[in-house]
Amino acid sequence: MTNTTTLPDDLDKLIACPSCDLLQQRVIPAPGKFSRCPRCHSMLISNKRNVIDNTLASAVSTAILMCAAVFFPFISLKGAGLTRDASVMDAIGAFTSGFMAPLTLAVAAFIVIIPVLRATALFYALAPLRFGRRPAKHAAKSFRLAMALKPWSMAEIFVVGVVVALVKVVDLADVSLGPSFWAFAALVLIVVFENSTLCKWTIWRLLAPNK
Amino acid sequence: MQVDDLATSGSKQVTARAANLVACRSCGTLAPMGQTACRRCHAALSSREPDSLSRVWAWLTAGVILYIPANIYPMLLTKTLGSQEESTIVGGAIELVHYGAYFVAFIVLFASVAIPVAKFFAIGLLAWSVQRGSRLSGHRRMQLYEITEFIGRWSMIDVFVVAILTALVQLGFLASINPGPAAVCFALSVVFTMLSAQSFDPRLIWDSIEESDRRAER
Repeated sequence: MTNTTTLPDDLDKLIACPSCDLLQQRVIPAPGKFSRCPRCHSMLISNKRNVIDNTLASAVSTAILMCAAVFFPFISLKGAGLTRDASVMDAIGAFTSGFMAPLTLAVAAFIVIIPVLRATALFYALAPLRFGRRPAKHAAKSFRLAMALKPWSMAEIFVVGVVVALVKVVDLADVSLGPSFWAFAALVLIVVFENSTLCKWTIWRLLAPNK
Repeated sequence: MQVDDLATSGSKQVTARAANLVACRSCGTLAPMGQTACRRCHAALSSREPDSLSRVWAWLTAGVILYIPANIYPMLLTKTLGSQEESTIVGGAIELVHYGAYFVAFIVLFASVAIPVAKFFAIGLLAWSVQRGSRLSGHRRMQLYEITEFIGRWSMIDVFVVAILTALVQLGFLASINPGPAAVCFALSVVFTMLSAQSFDPRLIWDSIEESDRRAER
């Protein structure tokens, strides 16, 4: 096949499926609808309303909830006259002895650092667009970082872990849940909201329209 | 050939690679073959991830190897009234069954045994099917890939359970819980299998199908 000189404008009339590489005409679906690849059925474009607003909203709420989750009491345990209050920091610092220490860092990253980093990166990349300004200098880099970190942000998995742990100790002692636990529970809803509202393809076109 | 013809050239499906183009996997922008960075998002471009399968097998092997000590060594060291008990991943789930917490025992077994083992086989099968061909249809393999990518992170539940139990149950002489060496092995095993799944380039599935179709035509 001979390659003609294809202008960027021409190329933007086409789309290649990110999962199977099938080249096809780019059709932007109607608002609220999404398009799938005819060959492998992967999602191509999801034309969500208010993508920027919704993504910013989830970034800001993640940051606020995470502050609450880290600083408020998490869970307290009462048994045989003893009380043990555990914060999220205690859970993070659980693996401090010897060769388990790196695991402490990993747990901290999975449940606090990466979610906060993602929220910050999304805010940095998208806030200027929301207020009608030019994207910040490193907007592209930080949005890519936010997308790459997505599988490693595990706040919602942590919440399920907490529930399983509570079932194990509930016979041993009285358990009471603090505000931090509920902040984490709310984070799960934010994750679900973000997953349903974020379309990479659309955001990239808004971030860098004339390229 | 004009761009407009490309996508409508009969019923024959054309990939970006066949049209001498590279699609950016981060933002979907097309570029001429040979361009190394995406002009929209600046991500590195590659028509097919280099050494995808080698990296898949390497991470997968590391994940499988670490999964063995993760099951042999204790995950939790529980001290109650002076006596110490050690429980492995499966042992911990069996304990939950004794408490009558069947549903939670099911979650733990599902997240720590069923998902990791199924994931090892799923990733292995995907990579094997690209190298050796498979009777599984492209859609089945694609579904397998998507499920594997989505569900793999959930195995981390047990690591978090151990972290929370350790933080929470420090009631001195009455009861205390500490993490066992299996926690590290298991966490690493989960991370390595996630990296293995991420290294897999799903476009290879469809390349292998095109390849076998071409061979059948001949």
